[in-house]
Amino acid sequence: MKPAQQSKGAAIDLESVSKAYGGFKALDGVSLRIEPGEFMTLLGPSGSGKTTTLNVVAGFTDLTSGKLLVGGKNVVGVPAHKRNIGVVFQHYALFPHMSVGRNVAYPLTLRGVDQATRQARVARALDMVKMGDFAHRYPSELSGGQQQRVALARAIVFDPPLLLMDEPLGALDKKLREWLQLEIKRIHRELGTTFVYVTHDQEEALVLSDRIAVFNRGRIEQVGTGRQLYDEPATLFVGRFIGDSTVLRGEARSDGTSTALTIAGETVTASTRINGDARPVMLLRPEKLAIRRPGQSAADGANRLSGTIAEAIYLGSESKYEVKLADGSAAIVRSPLTGESFGLGEPVELCFHGADAKLLADDSTADTTLT
Amino acid sequence: MSASELPTQPAADVRPGRAWRPFALTAPALILLVAVIGYPLFTIVLRSLSEPEWGVQNYVWFFGAPINLTVLQRTFTISAWVTIVCVICAYPYAYLMTAVGPRVRLVLVLCVLIPFWVSGVVRTLSWVILLQDSGVINSLLRLAGFDGIRLIRTQTGVVIGMAQVLLPFMILPLYSVMKGIDLRLMRAAQSLGARPSRAFFTVYLPLSLPGVYAGAIIVFILALGFYITPALLGGPRSTMLSTLVQTQVLSLLQWGRGGAMGVVLLVTTFVLLALAAPVMRSRYREAGRR
Repeated sequence: MKPAQQSKGAAIDLESVSKAYGGFKALDGVSLRIEPGEFMTLLGPSGSGKTTTLNVVAGFTDLTSGKLLVGGKNVVGVPAHKRNIGVVFQHYALFPHMSVGRNVAYPLTLRGVDQATRQARVARALDMVKMGDFAHRYPSELSGGQQQRVALARAIVFDPPLLLMDEPLGALDKKLREWLQLEIKRIHRELGTTFVYVTHDQEEALVLSDRIAVFNRGRIEQVGTGRQLYDEPATLFVGRFIGDSTVLRGEARSDGTSTALTIAGETVTASTRINGDARPVMLLRPEKLAIRRPGQSAADGANRLSGTIAEAIYLGSESKYEVKLADGSAAIVRSPLTGESFGLGEPVELCFHGADAKLLADDSTADTTLT
Repeated sequence: MSASELPTQPAADVRPGRAWRPFALTAPALILLVAVIGYPLFTIVLRSLSEPEWGVQNYVWFFGAPINLTVLQRTFTISAWVTIVCVICAYPYAYLMTAVGPRVRLVLVLCVLIPFWVSGVVRTLSWVILLQDSGVINSLLRLAGFDGIRLIRTQTGVVIGMAQVLLPFMILPLYSVMKGIDLRLMRAAQSLGARPSRAFFTVYLPLSLPGVYAGAIIVFILALGFYITPALLGGPRSTMLSTLVQTQVLSLLQWGRGGAMGVVLLVTTFVLLALAAPVMRSRYREAGRR
């Protein structure tokens, strides 16, 4: 989390915010505190409530119940045009009948800024997004990436304390997206404004954010830094949504400190346990798993599961294997190219340390809600 | 993306010697145009210069008689009013068509089109029933305690009747432009600080203007040549040029004079359109589309 040092950004407090459309709960008691100047990403599959949350903050959508404070002030019922919040849309939303310069000047014109100041601020905003030479062009003459940079300039030119971005890079190709992610990060650093960013792309969320709020079915599953979400997922959904993962399901037995899972006759143990009656499952990150040929010696205390190589993918810096386990489920393993390589159909053993296995409550919806 | 960004068609696509093919397909339309527009037009111009004898005497006559110039001016004034009334009535209607669901939209489209399927004479006669001194409107006014107003055989009556007949020609182009306007732009304008009315005047209205222009040109030009409605609803003080043409040609058999009037109307219309073109030509015509 970023400290609030002399930040120009506004804090946002969502307190048990709900939004219902008829019987459908788009948001179901969402509470979230976003610190001033923080880069917060709302991450989740489509229909999870992340965009609804953004629209509620922007003032495009009324909330059904709950409280919403921006910069400490209650803004429920305040119309969008009085909230002074910058918004960047996935579809750019540039005014096609205005030049780039007039688009960016638009919010300043509305605020009665005199012409000299206006020109200076427009030039500064366009320079910040590296579009300074394009002021006289029209949106239809620009590429998607250029249009989105202009839209970003237009959303920051009036110095809003809060900038909302709704999948701004969703319509762009991968290379351009990666470059613009770095641009957005730089602009966030330079402005010190609070950024709230909506995406369904977990990699993008990891690249950009100070913290990430993971949404699922109208609720927040977990809020934390990318590292926290990856290393310590609170729910199976978060574990599966962030990064690659292998989920082991089996017959569980738990003693005081550890849990054993029996999968198709083989037993593995994790050195934790979960509270409650929920059925425990093991979640393993691909780099915590190692592949060995059967019979090779493994480190002491390591769990072993037998399987066969179902897919081998060369990724440049490493290889990715899909290993089919005895119970039919698939495990994802990443291994450095310096290690041994394995062929399709080869019988192997998977090894991992009990301490590396995350024990989580099973949730049958965690798989199906993934897109 | 705009059309300007589309790759231009490589010349290799069109094989040499085959370029005439697309034109061949339009031959029926071209022949029809030449036969029913080109030839009669040519005849009219010819007769205006050759009847009763060669020369420009028909044009001298037209511009020499003040009544002709008054009627010409009135024709343009009435057409302008009809256009204005149509814009005012059609704009909210077309907007409503973009805002409602598909079912209500179908009803709205039918409301526009059904009058189309009724003969113009019948519609104009129904306006006579509504507008005449003892008609429905005046009866209601008297019932409500007001004095009756004279509507039939006035310019107002003519404008009302013509506007109703021409309204679909304004609504349909306006609707086709409006349905292409991205309403999310209005949301963007509001997020930038524009209250809804300001967002309308700075974003929606400018983007809908191409539709207004297109509809206005169609309505204006059709109005210039209207005959039945002004003849039935109008009086001597609201005669339009088409009535004069009819009198010259059919009653007086002065084909030359009638032809000269037609040519004057045509040329004046072209001049006006040429003057209006720079205003209507805008670089965002292709833009604002989803």
